[in-house]
Amino acid sequence: MPIIHYIEPNGAEYEIDVPVGHTVMQGAVDNMIDGILAECGGVCSCATCHCYVDEAWYERVGEPQGAEKMMLEMVVEPEPTSRLSCQIKVTEELDGLVVRLPPSQY
Amino acid sequence: MNKRVVIVGASHAGAQLASSLRQEGWQGQILMIGEEPFAPYQRPPLSKEYLRGEKNADELLIRPAEMYIRHGVELLPGRCVRSVDRTAKRVLMEDGKSFDYHKLALCTGARVRQLEVPGADLPGVHYLRTLADVDAIRTRLVPGCRVVIVGGGYIGLESAAALRKCGVEVSVLEVQSRLLARVTAPQVSAFYQRIHAEAGVVIHTGWSVVAIEGEDRVTGVVGADGRRLPADMVIVGIGVIPNVELASQCGLKVDNGIWVDEFASTDDSDIYAAGDCTNHPNRLLGRRVRLESVPNAMEQAKSAAASICGRQQCYDAYPWFWSDQYDLKLQIAGLSEGYDRVILRGDADAGRSFVAWYVCGDKLLAADCINRPKEFMVAKQLLAGALPVSVERLADESLDPKLILKI
Repeated sequence: MPIIHYIEPNGAEYEIDVPVGHTVMQGAVDNMIDGILAECGGVCSCATCHCYVDEAWYERVGEPQGAEKMMLEMVVEPEPTSRLSCQIKVTEELDGLVVRLPPSQY
Repeated sequence: MNKRVVIVGASHAGAQLASSLRQEGWQGQILMIGEEPFAPYQRPPLSKEYLRGEKNADELLIRPAEMYIRHGVELLPGRCVRSVDRTAKRVLMEDGKSFDYHKLALCTGARVRQLEVPGADLPGVHYLRTLADVDAIRTRLVPGCRVVIVGGGYIGLESAAALRKCGVEVSVLEVQSRLLARVTAPQVSAFYQRIHAEAGVVIHTGWSVVAIEGEDRVTGVVGADGRRLPADMVIVGIGVIPNVELASQCGLKVDNGIWVDEFASTDDSDIYAAGDCTNHPNRLLGRRVRLESVPNAMEQAKSAAASICGRQQCYDAYPWFWSDQYDLKLQIAGLSEGYDRVILRGDADAGRSFVAWYVCGDKLLAADCINRPKEFMVAKQLLAGALPVSVERLADESLDPKLILKI
């Protein structure tokens, strides 16, 4: 099972097994990592699952599209590798993915 | 005794509360009691993906049941709390068992408002609040069957959209003169009426149901003017009532919801409440409100968890909501009540994308953003900062939405 690394703003790091097909958001929610709020439950409606994809991984994860892209322009402290984690599906290729969580989701 | 938090309600609020307690460092026991036979699950998809058969029950779970075990949260699904003994600090169960608590959290949610007309208890009359409700609807759905939805609010309209995708004939009956009358401007109501009509939904406004007909099953609905509509199934979506009985029976203050402060505390400092069941002060709105939404449940639960762990975290977020119908993503920021004008950005009369801004003086109260995610994010920032708005900028489609924020 792929391992995803979540790094909280305070530096706390979690290594989580996330099944292929689940989203990076669900991996955080399942494991009670509150840095990802996921208020809409993963339907790309709230932008409260914002994360920064580690630069080394960004190309593999890919760029945001559509509604996600538009909302990301307006999140608190966007960065070039910002994504909404509900829109990142975990694959074998993403084993080892590192995402950092923002200080605030709004 | 090892200190124990008892959470009544395996709900959105309950699930978040359990999670946030562990994040806050709560070392004691956590016991979550729910009436439904499941771990906490997502309710919003019930009237959308789940009704359309695109998600199964496991996919609705907020997190898998084993994750609660892993984090030391004991789940008691399918069990009812009968009463709370505040003196003994104990919850008493229907089955005679009891559990002592150090702190108690009431996350009891809301239940559907019943349609009180003759025939409303006939088989074939359904409500839509729980997994079991939707399972009952789905087993009876066959292509071509005639479903009459009572109530032109969000639940009714989301259900109508989902059912059209299932190949069902759908009519919506709304007692007011327009859809979504309680929560949106006439322009937004007219927009949704057009969209649903284009999708083949028959909408009757100003239609009040006085009876449901049928021998051993529903066969039709009778209106106040004597008109009749044939129906193979009726789905009622006319609002919810907060579940406050446990709170009021044990003497907690209740007034349109369990009365809590901005830290989710009731008037008993060992009892907290979160979610649809609460009435809470909102500093940004300058008044008390009772909200029916997932974000409200989650944010208030986080405040409750902080309070239980001895840390104050004020709950003062602006309300927001969403509703998915067909290809339309409606995101609502704020509460529109009290607006003096509505400003449109984009064309509501044609197409499928616009914003209705609700303004009072030079302040934004709310925005209905239909397929406008960027404007939704702008609206949230305008509200959070209580920033003055320019009517011209709000309406000016040629302006990047970001620039609406510039004064």
